[in-house]
Amino acid sequence: MLRLPDFDYVRPKSLKDAAAALADFGPDAMAVAGGTDVYPKMKRGQFTPRHVISLRSLPELKGIRAEKEGLRIGAGETLTHIARNSIVAERFPALAQAAGLVSTPQLRNVGTIGGNVFVDTRCNYYDQSFFWREAAGFCLKKDGDICLVAPKSRRCLAVFSSDTAPVLCSLNAVAVLAGPKGSRRIALERLYRNDGIDFLAKKNHELLQAIIVPGRAAESRNIYLKLRRRGSFDFPVLGVAAALQFKKDACTAAKIVLTAVDSAPVAVDASLLEGAVITRERIEAVGDAAARVSHPVDNADMDYWYRKRMTKVYVMRALAQLAGLELKHP
Amino acid sequence: MAVKRKIKNNNGSAANRKRLLRLHVNGETKEVAAEDNKTLLEILREDLKLTGTKHGCEVGECGTCTVLIDGEPALSCLVLGVEYEGAEIVTVEGLKRGGAPHPLQKAFSDLGAAQCGYCTPGILVTAKALLDKKPHPDREEIKQALAGNICRCTGYTKIIEAVELAADGEAKR
Amino acid sequence: MSRRNFSVIGKPLPKIDAMGKCTGETPYANDLEFPRMCYGKLFRCPHPHARIREIHVERALALEGVYAVITGADLPQKFGILPATEDEEALAVEKARFAGDPVAAVAAVSEAVAEQALKLIEVDYEILKPILSIEEALAATDESERIHSWNRRANVQKAVSFEFGDVAGGFAEADEVFEDTFFYQGNTHLPLEQHCAIAVYGPGDKLTVWSSTQTPHYVHRALAKVLGMPMGRIRVIAPPVGGGFGGKSDPFSHELCAAKLAMVTGRPVKFTLSREEVFYVHRGRHPVKMWIKTAVKKDGTLKAMHFRSFLDGGGYSSYGLASVYYTGALQTVTYHLPAYKFEGARVFTNKPPCGPKRGHGTPQPRFAIEIQLDKIAEKLGIDPLDLRLKQLVEPNTVTVNGLRVSTTGLRECIEKVAAAADWKKKFRKLPDGRGVGFAASAYISGAGLPIYWNKMPHSGVQIRLDRGGGVTVFCGSTDIGQGSDSILAYAVAEEFGLSPNDIRVFTADTDLTPVDLGSYSSRVTVMTGNAAIQACGKLKTILLQAAGEALEIPGDDLEFAEGKVRSRSYPKKALSFAECVEAAEAKNGTLGATGSYRPPRHPGNYKGAGVGPTPAYSFSTSIVELQCDRDTGEIKIEKIWIAHDCGTAFNPLLVEGQTEGSVYMALGEALMEEQVFRKNGLHKFPSMLDYKSPTTLETPEIETILVETNDPEGPYGAKEAGQGPLLPVVPAVANAVYDAIGVRIDEVPITPDKILRALEGRYKRITVPTFDFPAPIKWQPGEGIEVQQKA
Repeated sequence: MLRLPDFDYVRPKSLKDAAAALADFGPDAMAVAGGTDVYPKMKRGQFTPRHVISLRSLPELKGIRAEKEGLRIGAGETLTHIARNSIVAERFPALAQAAGLVSTPQLRNVGTIGGNVFVDTRCNYYDQSFFWREAAGFCLKKDGDICLVAPKSRRCLAVFSSDTAPVLCSLNAVAVLAGPKGSRRIALERLYRNDGIDFLAKKNHELLQAIIVPGRAAESRNIYLKLRRRGSFDFPVLGVAAALQFKKDACTAAKIVLTAVDSAPVAVDASLLEGAVITRERIEAVGDAAARVSHPVDNADMDYWYRKRMTKVYVMRALAQLAGLELKHP
Repeated sequence: MAVKRKIKNNNGSAANRKRLLRLHVNGETKEVAAEDNKTLLEILREDLKLTGTKHGCEVGECGTCTVLIDGEPALSCLVLGVEYEGAEIVTVEGLKRGGAPHPLQKAFSDLGAAQCGYCTPGILVTAKALLDKKPHPDREEIKQALAGNICRCTGYTKIIEAVELAADGEAKR
Repeated sequence: MSRRNFSVIGKPLPKIDAMGKCTGETPYANDLEFPRMCYGKLFRCPHPHARIREIHVERALALEGVYAVITGADLPQKFGILPATEDEEALAVEKARFAGDPVAAVAAVSEAVAEQALKLIEVDYEILKPILSIEEALAATDESERIHSWNRRANVQKAVSFEFGDVAGGFAEADEVFEDTFFYQGNTHLPLEQHCAIAVYGPGDKLTVWSSTQTPHYVHRALAKVLGMPMGRIRVIAPPVGGGFGGKSDPFSHELCAAKLAMVTGRPVKFTLSREEVFYVHRGRHPVKMWIKTAVKKDGTLKAMHFRSFLDGGGYSSYGLASVYYTGALQTVTYHLPAYKFEGARVFTNKPPCGPKRGHGTPQPRFAIEIQLDKIAEKLGIDPLDLRLKQLVEPNTVTVNGLRVSTTGLRECIEKVAAAADWKKKFRKLPDGRGVGFAASAYISGAGLPIYWNKMPHSGVQIRLDRGGGVTVFCGSTDIGQGSDSILAYAVAEEFGLSPNDIRVFTADTDLTPVDLGSYSSRVTVMTGNAAIQACGKLKTILLQAAGEALEIPGDDLEFAEGKVRSRSYPKKALSFAECVEAAEAKNGTLGATGSYRPPRHPGNYKGAGVGPTPAYSFSTSIVELQCDRDTGEIKIEKIWIAHDCGTAFNPLLVEGQTEGSVYMALGEALMEEQVFRKNGLHKFPSMLDYKSPTTLETPEIETILVETNDPEGPYGAKEAGQGPLLPVVPAVANAVYDAIGVRIDEVPITPDKILRALEGRYKRITVPTFDFPAPIKWQPGEGIEVQQKA
């Protein structure tokens, strides 16, 4: 049986203690909520923390509540809770869809939204056992010094693979980060960097406490479409989150965010949709714009040529669905 | 060939820190001394000798090791025993009630839904969680509930039929 | 053979071991534990092709908690499943031939310590250039580029060539000649249970090995050979196996190393492979490139076929010799083919060895033939079902390559599946994007010959009757989930008029049970069923005599029914089964009997004729209905109809289960499963997340139609059901894609990107290498051995 390496298990009493513990132990420590991403990676030697700081039972990370700034979702809420929550389903169906499409029912019962928003970037040269990675000659992201996907690349090309993050970005969600000395807020999309290794623009000891989805998103129509081989288990190899606001027939604001096409969520220029009635032509133009910023590489399931091609199709389908248009052939 | 006759360390762990855990499994409270890095799967199988729970990958990619934690299916290979003191854990061994098989066990047996039987324990507890919440699920709901359990033998057909049969509460044959 | 009224056969009974599997009580290999047990792990070579210069195990041995470390030098005897190609070593001695090839083994106090010890083993390798494709293997003809040294032509394990009937004449008579190329990607079994073996040495210099194997008898032979021990001192037990599909049919390094380490440490040793290791152990479906040229008349009549196959074998022979023959053998069994030429070659490559997976060597050629027939029908303007129906192989014939076909339900399978799926209303008539496809196939019910030459039975059954009426059946067969233990109970219960619950079954234990060759080649029901009936027959004679005397009734008026031996004319005159056994034991002494089975002789008498014959062929047809999205190339399977000629449905629940499971596995192969490798020779993604096994959400409704032909060779008329139904589904998917969107994908898996490329006219035709095959062995049906058909 594949086993976890030895580690020191720490169960802090509060979020503040957790952040302090993280700060104290430094890079040797890792915070774990559900563990569904961390433990497989520890078993395969991709993560090698000496100290595991458990966030599982911290009450500060729990709760899904409507507040005046918007819907506040505790980072420790499970994906199942989010997928089943009635306020989420009513206001942000895209978020319920995305949460409900992560992996499997079993995994969603334990895996958290915080874990999914910060899920480690993926690459099929990296998500392998120690034996395999050693045989392949290790990569930039762990233990090596070249990118095995593109040896000339100076940065790691591991793929951002969260389902919920693109939706939250499309809804202008705000992250609440807790540190040992208090918390700060930042637009979630600003937390991501297009670097497969250093993909989170936050301090190591900062913990995601909650996500606030602003209230006005309630008037938006939003959707998440996911491309993958199977209807469960699989990470996205392309995900399209779209949020549109309408005034009568005209679209007043549009935001489209892609996942699994680069090392961070990728925003698509959707300004063409704003201030006008959405037409097939406009949808097609935005689909083209999406394909231009979609940069899949050969490190995930399905042909990367195909994934880039599908970016346009999926974006057009998402927009058509939100606009109530029928597409014959995109 | 190189053989060594005497060794000192005999407990099999690189670190010796064991913690006394009190786990609620199948309605009984069990005390077990286990290292913090032991998964619930390892504790169930190796310390509590509840080998009914199987494993197929140990990294959350097959669903074989599914058990119920507070009524919800969870992957026992991906959770630490130390984190689930106080939770109600149910394994396949806990499905029988008073010696009689659970309707799901009877239906799976009667319909041939267990071929090699290796995925069966995980599927049974997952199906139990479904029926506990939703006594009469439709076919699509059954498929969705079992979408995290790989079976290589049956094509799922007899499994889905068995869940339906158990839901009907009439093990006919 | 007239149908009897059965009390057990044909009834949808639960398997005798079903409840144990539903309660978690069934002990699989990894559930077993022994006092003082330690844990083994294999050190695997990270390079696809490397010469081993030196191995240093000192640091590993010095690690606290390590008991022993062994290397190739400790187990140098070569072995292999087929005696003609024994080219495997428990631990690589001189060379490692694929990334993952075991080089050393450790035994330690825990899995964790064993794992740590592996990291301390140091091996000095000379890295050799890996050969990773069929083309590379055929091009590497220089002696210096050899993967093995024993085979005649560098990197060609085996090349075969046959010509049956007048092939040139057939092509000369043709109105049209069709030439196509196909590729069937490799894939793997992926049983959910990872392989596991436990060895205990002693007491008394006796070795016992428990292993999750489909073939304990062959493991027994390999252990004796490699350890240099007499078979009589070795006992192999296969506990219930958590899925095999052919992947647990070879003797493996972990079994041999467990045994050796148990002997040197004096402790029980357990090896449980990780999921990643299971991908390296492999023995799965060969990647095969195929070229097929077929001569037809305008009306669709087949005149001749020339078929070539190239098999990518991986690093060792395994069952490969049989695999290459199987890619050519069964082409003739479905449709009447007057002339047939077959050329096949299996090459060595530096990848995990391929072997038998459900359908062994036949899904690939079946994929090629059934798609080509679809193309032929299209070109000639004939419905593909009609094209086939006009030239089916008739019952009681000998094919052009000398295969004896007894019964065939293919016609009924075609007609019934077409009716169920409403074929005539759908074919070429569904809206764009939706399509139906059809294919048919045949498979063996057990190989006609054993894998090592001998004249002994393929299957033996021993039955013991206990005073008190207990019935115990002993048989070497191995239940891997298909229900072979239950089959024994059903047969014996049927014969003795008992309930299957009255029967105790002990199987797969080489000390206790007579040899059965194993759970492969779809042989178990036919062979153990016949052996069991024979053993029962011997006991029934004794029982009837005793009962006749006790009841004062002539033997021919007695029957076994409802737990009694009773008079047919006065059913109230009866003894209970237990009373009858007591009377017989008093008269004859202790009661026991054996039965055995050996397949009938077969007509082919040319070299190579041993692969293909069987007691009886099963036949299957399938119609697949699917939806294909023109914009994404994504396929959604809507429904699958499958008709299967199983001879007699021994237990319809189990036959349906085998059929549905075959359809499932076929769908995985058709749409998403592939065992593929990177340029560096590493398995691309040895994990269950990346090796795509369909979930409940990809698996459609499957409608199973069982066709019964009551084969004279089968027990109660039964034929196989475990493998054949996989065969037609894969080409039926490809044919349905064509019906839906008008593009041909001549390879599997049929993935969305390939469909999009095809829609854009950018799909590349499969290339097949050129190769200088040996001169063909020629044979005509009249030259064979006369074999009587049974009535």
